[in-house]
Amino acid sequence: MNDSAAQAGRHGATGFHWLLPFAGIVSLLIMWDLALRFSNVPLVPGPLAVARAIVELAQKGFLVKHVVASLFRVTWGYLLAVSVGVPLGILLAWYRRGGLALAPLVEIVRPISALAWIPLAILWFGVGDLSSVFIIFVASVFPLTVAAMSAVAGVSTTHWNAGRNFGLSARQIARRVLLPAILPRLLVGLRLALGIAWLVVVAAEMIAVDSGLGFLIIDARNAGNRYDLVVAGMVLIGTIGLALDASMRRIEGLRALRWSYAAAEEAA
Amino acid sequence: MIPARKPLPGRTKLAIRGLQMAFRTEESEVRVLEDLDLDVREGELVCILGPSGCGKSTLLNIVAGFLAPSSGSVKIDGEEVRGPDPRRIFVFQERGVFPWLTVEGNIGFGLGRLARAEREKRIGHYVRLVGLEGFEKAYPHELSGGMKQRVEVARALAVDPDMLYLDEPFGALDSITRLEMRRELLRIWQTEQKTILFVTHDIEESVQLADRVVVLSARPARIRRIVEIDLPHPRDLSSRRYLELRDGILEEIGLAHKI
Repeated sequence: MNDSAAQAGRHGATGFHWLLPFAGIVSLLIMWDLALRFSNVPLVPGPLAVARAIVELAQKGFLVKHVVASLFRVTWGYLLAVSVGVPLGILLAWYRRGGLALAPLVEIVRPISALAWIPLAILWFGVGDLSSVFIIFVASVFPLTVAAMSAVAGVSTTHWNAGRNFGLSARQIARRVLLPAILPRLLVGLRLALGIAWLVVVAAEMIAVDSGLGFLIIDARNAGNRYDLVVAGMVLIGTIGLALDASMRRIEGLRALRWSYAAAEEAA
Repeated sequence: MIPARKPLPGRTKLAIRGLQMAFRTEESEVRVLEDLDLDVREGELVCILGPSGCGKSTLLNIVAGFLAPSSGSVKIDGEEVRGPDPRRIFVFQERGVFPWLTVEGNIGFGLGRLARAEREKRIGHYVRLVGLEGFEKAYPHELSGGMKQRVEVARALAVDPDMLYLDEPFGALDSITRLEMRRELLRIWQTEQKTILFVTHDIEESVQLADRVVVLSARPARIRRIVEIDLPHPRDLSSRRYLELRDGILEEIGLAHKI
């Protein structure tokens, strides 16, 4: 049973439940505004100032430029991480010995914050796009590796055996059993990793590039204390992150993917 | 009454000799199967009956080639079993249907080598045989437990195996569906002429289905007795002979008639 269907059933009578998130946002904006009016905190922009800043960015053409620049770096860093992390995780889980040898290594490197890599990134790739892409790559590759490993480990023995029973070769089992069996879990891992990749974009763009939302935030502060632009950058990052997450969830909701080992075990 | 004897003097399909199985843990060795000998004739439906955890699933997994025995031999058509084989399909206790495939996709899973037209014809045939018309495009999570079990049986039959291994296939179903599924299995078995090895812990089930019931002891499993069920199909579940056979097995297992 999928959650949204269950919720639709429960709130079906009122039919307004989809308004709730918007109500939450609107009340937050009002509270933000009121709080500023009644206190006297300097240098914190109100929601209107931030909205004006976003409009200003849009009018000057900076909005698209920064957003595209950030998405560009995140896309490259993330795709690189996917193309390395996912196959690596699958192989580590598939060849148990390789996994036993390499998994601890992954576990040691994984908790190191991507920010710690910044000096090395600059040393290796200089200042610029490549360094940012590298930071995003490093931040998302290990969660992806671990997600792929645990997805493979979670494939039920029954499904392996069924695949073997029908006389499939190792390659066919990989394609017709392994890949589809890990897909739902892997997609969750892909979504979380994309979130992480987006999360570090600010840090990655602090490495003196001249575009991107992270650059916008740093630059707005350095060049004139434009905190309305700082917060505008934050709002944009949040909104785009939400959109990325939502589109990944859409994929997870596909009919063929709407199952999971956890749900199957619960039903049994 | 029609004589109960089916084509029994058939040739031996499966021959198990001196089968032993032990699992080694870090400290100790768990003996699961002890010195099993069993012959199954072609076209026979044999139930392997034993208490939960006695090792009957292990036995079936060895016969299917998923596990290697500690010692002894398993031969099918005179050939040693060395691994799983599409001529002999295992129908799993937990749902073995692939949740990422539709009913059609599942039933056609083992038919990759056939031409498209032939494959679709076969899928259609087995969809009808197990009564799943109209659900061809449904995913397993949209089906009931009984329907999923049918999909798995159809997937097994579709590759036209000569043996079927069923590991408590109806255990998770409600009692009404279970009876229906037994009837369907018998119908399919009679039309398709397969040799069937059926593992169960349900005495009634074994007496309703089997030509012979192999009664196993608790672990380590040994064969206590092999009971011929000399009843014609369809079986009358209140006939004297049926009750006699059932009670005989109950007694063999050492359970009283009353609870």
